[in-house]
Amino acid sequence: MATEPVLEVVDLRASYGSTPVLRGIDMRIGKGEIVSLIGRNGVGKTTTMRCLIGLLRATSGQIRFQGELITDLPADERARRGIGYIPQGRQVFPRMTVEENLWVSRLVGRGDGRRLTDLVYQHFPILKERRRQSAGTLSGGQQQQLAIGRALVGNPSLMLLDEPSEGIQPSIVQMICEVLRSIRDQLGTTILFVEQNLDTIMEISERCYVADKGSIIAEIGRDQLQTRDAVRQHLLI
Amino acid sequence: MFAEIFSIAFQFADVFAFLILAAAGLAIIFGMMGIINMAHGEFITCGIYVTVICVQHGVPLPLAQAIGALSAGLVGIVLERTIIRHLYHRPLDSILATWGISLMVTQGMLIVLGSSWQGIGTPLGSFAVGGYTFSTYRLVLFGAAVGVLIGLYLIYMRTNYGVMARATMQNADMARALGVRTQRMYAISFGLGAALAGLCGALYAPTMTLIPTMGITFIIESFVTVVVGGANVLLGTAPAGILLGVVRTILNAWYGQIAGQIGLLITVIIVIRMLPEGVSGWLSRRGG
Ligand SMILES: Nc1ncnc2c1ncn2[C@@H]1O[C@H](COP(=O)(O)OP(=O)(O)OP(=O)(O)O)[C@@H](O)[C@H]1O
Ligand SMILES: [Mg+2]
Repeated sequence: MATEPVLEVVDLRASYGSTPVLRGIDMRIGKGEIVSLIGRNGVGKTTTMRCLIGLLRATSGQIRFQGELITDLPADERARRGIGYIPQGRQVFPRMTVEENLWVSRLVGRGDGRRLTDLVYQHFPILKERRRQSAGTLSGGQQQQLAIGRALVGNPSLMLLDEPSEGIQPSIVQMICEVLRSIRDQLGTTILFVEQNLDTIMEISERCYVADKGSIIAEIGRDQLQTRDAVRQHLLI
Repeated sequence: MFAEIFSIAFQFADVFAFLILAAAGLAIIFGMMGIINMAHGEFITCGIYVTVICVQHGVPLPLAQAIGALSAGLVGIVLERTIIRHLYHRPLDSILATWGISLMVTQGMLIVLGSSWQGIGTPLGSFAVGGYTFSTYRLVLFGAAVGVLIGLYLIYMRTNYGVMARATMQNADMARALGVRTQRMYAISFGLGAALAGLCGALYAPTMTLIPTMGITFIIESFVTVVVGGANVLLGTAPAGILLGVVRTILNAWYGQIAGQIGLLITVIIVIRMLPEGVSGWLSRRGG
């Protein structure tokens, strides 16, 4: 990684009540990288993402985004600085239309919202077709596209995706992977995504962090990522 | 015959206006933040007194009413910033706190303002249809109620604030993660709810004798309408106003005011039995 990292996480710790869940997460991600975070169920992947966007307070450690310390900033401020969050389970606003879901981040985003909305519709034509439908009536795959589109409209420099392939049919997952890659290529967006699906991991990640019991226990580089077994052993329960 | 029909329609419009105007502010605060605002009546009272004081100092009535609504809204924002914001996700505490505020304000007003004031009289006179006379100002009140509903629809469906506020209401964490300043949304919403309560008071000020506890007059109707309507102002409050308005108008006409009041309460009990989330919960589950 030659350039200054977009995201740098140092010894991040967090707990739910008095139960420690993150026990020292360290990551460095460069501009335009697509990095995955893998690990078995319950090791703290979602918790890590929630800490990065700011929905959960870190108890100690540092998060640096584009060179600035953001550990103590509230989530809305982090989003406004350019972190887009696509949570586990999508969490679209169910009783708002597709259009209104996108509208929310167009308002607070940092880019030309209209142009970005068009870009989203171009990548995900189904959203344009259903733009007046309430988001709660979309299928899982469509909701995932909406959640990604909603983040994109805010023009993020870093996108955090939590298990984008969960519960979605393979053809859509394939399409989403292609869109993510083309967004990175066009806009230089950095992408960090949590994933358990081996195919998705192999398909788009260029590097991979392995989490276990709340800390990063291994890093899989580009060359090792070519072999499925190197990745698979970290996903086995 | 026409006069009778007009008379019934007029009475319905009157009841409907009262229900909507009394409930709108309470419904917004409940729907947006899940806070049951026991001080709702005091915001109404605030609107009434500010309006009356302004009129007695020579301010024209419509302007005085706008000032009345705005002052209640301002008080609401201050209250939200200082007290209410610490009570989100603590529904019981918020009931206690707002009730405490209500008691203090009522007692404080009794001490400061004395027990009764000169009213300002109802403007616009009356008109006759057939053998009946009707207060023209009651039509203004109906127009205001419809205006409030349309205004709220436009605010929540067409403005930036409205879209962000609805996002906050549906999933505050997610809204925050997209950059919405949810604290500000709450403050504005509480202020808007308080201002609507103030507007209710301001609009009814010319029709009432002034006593510090007069907020009570509106409380039963406002809570009944919100309970029947459920958490959604747009889908709930308006249909609830129509349903309760019809029930009340019919019972009033046939059996008198007391029956009308009892009818409202029985309707609430039936609706809660059948639609625990109110009309809006039922509608949004059916239609999405
Ligand atoms: N709100 C919460 N309160 C208390 N404990 C929680 C909460 N959320 C998660 N946990 C616990 O924290 C640990 C880490 O959870 P987390 O959701 O981060 O795991 P994950 O790696 O994302 O798992 P999955 O693969 O199932 O999504 C788990 O043991 C979980 O039970
Ligand atoms: Mg998870």
